[in-house]
Amino acid sequence: MKIVVRIKLVPDTAAKVVVEDGQVTWGDAPLVINPWDEFAVEAALQLTEQHGGEVIALSVGEESSREALKHALAMGCNEAILVSDYVIDPDTQRTAKVLAAAVEKIGDVDLVIFGKQSIDGDNAVTGTQTARNLGWPSLTLVSAVPALDVDAKTIRIERAVEEGRQVVDGVLPAVLSIVKDYGEPRYPSFIGIRKASKAEIPVWSLEDLGIELPNVVVSWSEIMNPPQREVTNEIVQGDSVEETAAALADKLFAEKVL
Amino acid sequence: MDFNLSEEHLGVQKMVREFTQKEIAPVIKEYDRKQEMPSFILPRMAELGILGINIPVRYGGQGFDYITLGLVCEELEAMDSTLRVIMSVHMGLNSMAILQWGTEEQKQKFLVPQAKGEKVACFGLTEPGVGTDVAGMSSTAKKDGDDWVLNGEKMWISLATKADHALVVMLTNPDAKDSHDRLTAFIVEMDSKGVTTGDIHGKLGVRAGSTGWIAFQDVRVPDANRLGEEGEGFRIAMSCLDNGRYTVGAGATGLIRASLDASVNYAHQREAFGREIGKFQLVQQKIAYMVQSYEMARLLYLRAGWMKNQGVRNTRETSIAKWFATDASFQAASEAIQVHGAYGYSDEYDVERYLRNSKGAVIYEGTSEVHQLMQAGYALGYRKDGPLRKELPAYDAEFWQEEK
Ligand SMILES: Cc1cc2nc3c(=O)[nH]c(=O)nc-3n(C[C@H](O)[C@H](O)[C@H](O)COP(=O)(O)OP(=O)(O)OC[C@H]3O[C@@H](n4cnc5c(N)ncnc54)[C@H](O)[C@@H]3O)c2cc1C
Ligand SMILES: Cc1cc2nc3c(=O)[nH]c(=O)nc-3n(C[C@H](O)[C@H](O)[C@H](O)COP(=O)(O)OP(=O)(O)OC[C@H]3O[C@@H](n4cnc5c(N)ncnc54)[C@H](O)[C@@H]3O)c2cc1C
Repeated sequence: MKIVVRIKLVPDTAAKVVVEDGQVTWGDAPLVINPWDEFAVEAALQLTEQHGGEVIALSVGEESSREALKHALAMGCNEAILVSDYVIDPDTQRTAKVLAAAVEKIGDVDLVIFGKQSIDGDNAVTGTQTARNLGWPSLTLVSAVPALDVDAKTIRIERAVEEGRQVVDGVLPAVLSIVKDYGEPRYPSFIGIRKASKAEIPVWSLEDLGIELPNVVVSWSEIMNPPQREVTNEIVQGDSVEETAAALADKLFAEKVL
Repeated sequence: MDFNLSEEHLGVQKMVREFTQKEIAPVIKEYDRKQEMPSFILPRMAELGILGINIPVRYGGQGFDYITLGLVCEELEAMDSTLRVIMSVHMGLNSMAILQWGTEEQKQKFLVPQAKGEKVACFGLTEPGVGTDVAGMSSTAKKDGDDWVLNGEKMWISLATKADHALVVMLTNPDAKDSHDRLTAFIVEMDSKGVTTGDIHGKLGVRAGSTGWIAFQDVRVPDANRLGEEGEGFRIAMSCLDNGRYTVGAGATGLIRASLDASVNYAHQREAFGREIGKFQLVQQKIAYMVQSYEMARLLYLRAGWMKNQGVRNTRETSIAKWFATDASFQAASEAIQVHGAYGYSDEYDVERYLRNSKGAVIYEGTSEVHQLMQAGYALGYRKDGPLRKELPAYDAEFWQEEK
């Protein structure tokens, strides 16, 4: 089985993202692997541990994305590929087209696995758009893969949806997006760290993929900081739980929250 | 000169930091209060490979260099000293000694399972009656056929009740003219008949760790477990300290960093006289000294680690790294409490634990006084390090990483 995991480099979760002069900036906060992608790598590694095969980490982005790919290698991915010569922009359709072309170039891929979303854009659509480009089914919000038969090309997944769990049967090849419930991502292993530090990561250009980028359909016409909100804290107290609850309810009515 | 850490170094540092923050931070206060070592720690550190970090892959380790060991110790002690103590005894004082002095059979029998973390190792030098004055010890080993028979007691031994193997130094030739020729080192399997152990309670610090005693009553140890030659025990013990002290110095550097980070955080949060206390120059001075100590301690241990990698004798450099970092960590932790005011005086915050933990390192692996004597001795020309029969092997990436 061949699994491709999509890896994205994003600002650290602790970074303070603000708008300055109409541009988004996170100062000198470090860039890290998108935390959701670590769950995707974990899922891919577990699936190959159970069913055999290899995991290829794929990133579309600037040179610095190597850092995120190396993290994926250190966790245990077998190979990594970077598609560069492409500047991240908010248009996920373009990214999806590049990703689909790279998956086709890799060839014989059974599964492409995404994290649920990336923490910078928070669009959560690139996976489905990639599936659409490939003409493969898109199985989103996957929390478990109870059954997978590579020869019969079938897969059963569980989706974590608001109403509960949904079991879906699909066919391979397919595109998955993974949620946290799948399992806590493993740390990089020491041997993995060494392998990653020595790994040569091939860089593909758009020319290598034989595609041209479609026109941008989404652009950010104006970016601004959200208005500052005045927050005040008040601790509601009473002599008994009932009194406290009643006092809280009164306040909430008064503030027209309820 | 190259001050860059390699990608490998940075990767290991990040991984160990993540481990301590995710798995240790949530429980450390509770265990410290209970004076109990969390039972998951040793198996987990074994599973992650930390217990064999700088031992060659061919001997069951992870094949990283000595600098990596220092970085790991810094990360571990930035969380809690007890984690670093594990590395000091299991790796620095025991496993590295077998790597340096052991025969191939001893490496296969003892080092391999230790590096894999299947067996935990400790080091017994101190006795109820002697600490600094090593050559004055009274526990004995007497030859009996192909065996040695050990009697006596070792005290203040980290991991005494957890370890499977102990490297101990015993008096074997009390009549030797030079007191330094009286001792011999042995590897003891802790399940041997006649070995009993216990934990010491009521310690000031390293309360989430294990410190205890080992008593030997007619314990038979085969001659094959003798590390080095008869009468070489003192020199072996001192060479062990070159590695143990390195882990202590690197660890204390982590404790300074933790004190600094806690102080910076608090100085931003706490307000007095209408502004955050970080704005006061006297608070800034404390922070400035912590920064200075951290940077100096770090450079000192990294130099010692670099010398180990090169295979250059580093007794002097390791001693100064250990002395400086441990004294500075005690100072930094104390000032961190000061920055925290009354809150720092309570175990709601971590800094009081840092102070309690930091004090031990000023005592073990050579008290600060001993390091002062050593440094003065070198400067005055009274002290010189002669060559050893076996030196710690220089780091050779190919040899270390080869599967074999
Ligand atoms: C938490 C902890 C863990 C430990 N773990 C281990 C372990 O795993 N294995 C092990 O073998 N030991 C261990 N030790 C013991 C430690 O190594 C000794 O405590 C240390 O060597 C000092 O010896 P001592 O306590 O007997 O003090 P002493 O040697 O009695 O010293 C008392 C005081 O006298 C001073 N002094 C002694 N000689 C001189 C001198 N010549 N000139 C000037 N001042 C001098 C000392 O600096 C000190 O201030 C541990 C200790 C602690 C606290
Ligand atoms: C064991 C104990 C018993 C106590 N008992 C009592 C008691 O009986 N009654 C009582 O009222 N209080 C008591 N206290 C509280 C004690 O008086 C306060 O802790 C003390 O006044 C410091 O205040 P703080 O802890 O709020 O620290 P903060 O005032 O928040 O100070 C934090 C840090 O900022 C520094 N700082 C603050 N302002 C400045 C400045 N302008 N310039 C430079 N540095 C500054 C401080 O020196 C300190 O290092 C007790 C405290 C302890 C630990």
